[in-house]
Amino acid sequence: MKKTLILTTALCGMAFGASAQEVNLLSWGGAYGNSHLEAYAKPFTAETGTAVNISDADNPATPIKAMVEAGNVTSDVASVEYADAVRLCDEGLLEEIDASALEAAEDGTAATDDYIEGGVTDCFVATDVYSMVLVYNDSQFEDAKPATPADFFDLEAFPGKRTMRKGAKFNLELALMADGVPADEVYATLETAEGVDRAFAKLDSIKDEVVWWEAGAQPPQLLADGEVSMAYAFNGRIFDAVQQDDQPFEIIWDGQIYEMEGWVIPMGAPNMDEALEFIAFSTAPANQARAAEFISYGPPRRSAAAMVGNIQGTEEPMGPNLPTSEENMTNALGSNLDFWVDYDSELNERFNAWLAG
Amino acid sequence: MASSLDPHAVIVTEAGSVSEGPLTTADGQPLQKALARSSRAARRRAFWLVAPLLAFIVITFVIPIGQLLYRSVHNDGFSANMPEISAWFAVTEPGTAPDEAAFTALAADLLAASEARSIGTVGTRINYDVPGTRSLFTSTGRQVRRGIEPPYQAALLEIDAEWGDAEIWAAMRGASTPYTDGFYLASVDRTRDIDGNVTMVAEHRQVYVMLFLRTLWLSGLITALTFLLGFPVAHLLATLPMRKSNLLMILVLLPFWTSLLVRTSSWMVLLQQQGVVNDLLVWLGVIDDGGRLAMMYNQAGTIIAMTHILLPFMILPLYSVMRTINPAYVRAARSLGATSWTAFRRVYFPQTLPGLGAGALLVFILAVGYYITPALVGGSSGQLISNMIAEHMTGTLNWSMAAALAAILLAGVLILYWVYDRLVGIDNLKLG
Repeated sequence: MKKTLILTTALCGMAFGASAQEVNLLSWGGAYGNSHLEAYAKPFTAETGTAVNISDADNPATPIKAMVEAGNVTSDVASVEYADAVRLCDEGLLEEIDASALEAAEDGTAATDDYIEGGVTDCFVATDVYSMVLVYNDSQFEDAKPATPADFFDLEAFPGKRTMRKGAKFNLELALMADGVPADEVYATLETAEGVDRAFAKLDSIKDEVVWWEAGAQPPQLLADGEVSMAYAFNGRIFDAVQQDDQPFEIIWDGQIYEMEGWVIPMGAPNMDEALEFIAFSTAPANQARAAEFISYGPPRRSAAAMVGNIQGTEEPMGPNLPTSEENMTNALGSNLDFWVDYDSELNERFNAWLAG
Repeated sequence: MASSLDPHAVIVTEAGSVSEGPLTTADGQPLQKALARSSRAARRRAFWLVAPLLAFIVITFVIPIGQLLYRSVHNDGFSANMPEISAWFAVTEPGTAPDEAAFTALAADLLAASEARSIGTVGTRINYDVPGTRSLFTSTGRQVRRGIEPPYQAALLEIDAEWGDAEIWAAMRGASTPYTDGFYLASVDRTRDIDGNVTMVAEHRQVYVMLFLRTLWLSGLITALTFLLGFPVAHLLATLPMRKSNLLMILVLLPFWTSLLVRTSSWMVLLQQQGVVNDLLVWLGVIDDGGRLAMMYNQAGTIIAMTHILLPFMILPLYSVMRTINPAYVRAARSLGATSWTAFRRVYFPQTLPGLGAGALLVFILAVGYYITPALVGGSSGQLISNMIAEHMTGTLNWSMAAALAAILLAGVLILYWVYDRLVGIDNLKLG
């Protein structure tokens, strides 16, 4: 599936590569990709006349390396996770983004000060804060409802299969939190061999009951099918399933792990100027707030948080559904970038060995 | 023109001695020469006909695959970006403790790589061998850029004491030349220790050998299953009257023409725990609602879906061979007193072997490299080695590792092909 996506992406890029005044955007598809289309791409085209061609990948960070190494860069802007952006930037696969081109907040605060910490780096400008949350299908638990990470691992009190993202990241942190490690000690524990063993031992306790997902659209599907009773998934996808399809899914904010996501420009992008223009436009506070009305990912700019209105097409305020809202932040864990840049390959290797064994 | 060493010359002489004097064409030229010239022209014409295809295959197949396989032994992520320390490694013996000269070279390289923004590539390369060292390079690079003072040994050790770690120096020495066997060693769960000896990796990281064996075992099992299921169908196809067999043929071909993804997804709908098959079994009372069978997201899912998807590749070659088998042979055997089993075993079955060989080889080779179906329905226990190759291609972006795994898989398939050729003979293959 991934292969097809990369191929389509490449083909789309080639087909449109020739015409002028355009920017090629590589996004994630699904509800999240739709928020890029509705909140950024359409208004951008309306205002500037520059066309935005959106293509999708399971994880846009992946095709970037392939494109740059092959010397055939077809995307101008890509949406990637923070850790991937830092890694790609260190490897020289990304253009540096001039932060002075970004729009200031309405009260005149410079963009770099308006962003939460780490929101603007050499090659990366954040668009939103997403989080990994636990979800359960309300219709499958008649009496007691799960409420904590520990409940996710409690197969007796809360029977049914689980679904988790295939990979070490997020899962190891969750396992430790479920095992009683406080959020602020999670990464210190994971840096020790005993801590890693402890996390894997916890995962072991539910291994036979886990369906592993790879694309963000899978967990809502598995929950809706009744194939699993609980999921560990991106909060926006779950929110979208609840809003659009009226699914009885409930989010547990306790133990959420949040991370930033944002724009990068692949090295050698064909339309650099348009790409910068698009990034400046889409990260303006008003547009950030607007995107948050389409999908429940929080704006990373302080001045945008207050501007978020109602959920698109409803009279309900979006605020309480965002990972960044205050009541959702109790016992939340910020994903530790430095940790994952260092241990990503080792822990994923071990995770794969654990999974296959 | 023919020297005495030329084997053709011997034949010509012998042929000539039979017919008393060399054969010539009407205009007096030696026949041998004229024939060679005309067949050369024909060959050239034929070559131009296949040239487009040849060029296509070379450009789209041979060169990219060759380039990727080259990466399995070639990774210059460290050596190309850290020239000075690589030069130091080149002139010192393995095991030499790093001196001030080494640290000076290291500091200069870290500075240059950090400024060129290639420090991440360097760190990634060493991180393959010593996990957890990537940020050692990137963070040290940042600090070196801020400026450090000689003596560099003390300065670097102060930035991070890990620079004194012998394991890191051993890894850097290994990476200081662009050619390495490290990825092949890692592909069979082995690594080099500080002294350069090959050892097994820690038990919790051993995965590839097990996956290779699982891939071979599952592919063999799936081949056997397609044979058991496909043989009777092919026989029916070959022996039924034309009108009925055509209908049956469509039933075989229809799924064959349907998209792989559609068929895989259909199996997901059928086999999942809340799926059609389980619902039916519960409704029939065969199992109760709590005891729904897990036929998906595990090895069973991989086996069922792949057997179905690969079935036509077994049926079609068998069918094409069975159609040519004269039914009179079996009838003759029966009339001479053979039981139906003996007639099948001694007369009919041996004649289907070319089709069976082709079908088995096709199914097995396709199964060994299968990727999408196990990824979608295999869960964790149904993953094959190709899923790990995909993981390294698209997940960890360790293309050297992916190339090494793929090369081993390719070599395995070629060996099997060779064994098949020795046992059955490739010219016995009949693909339909």
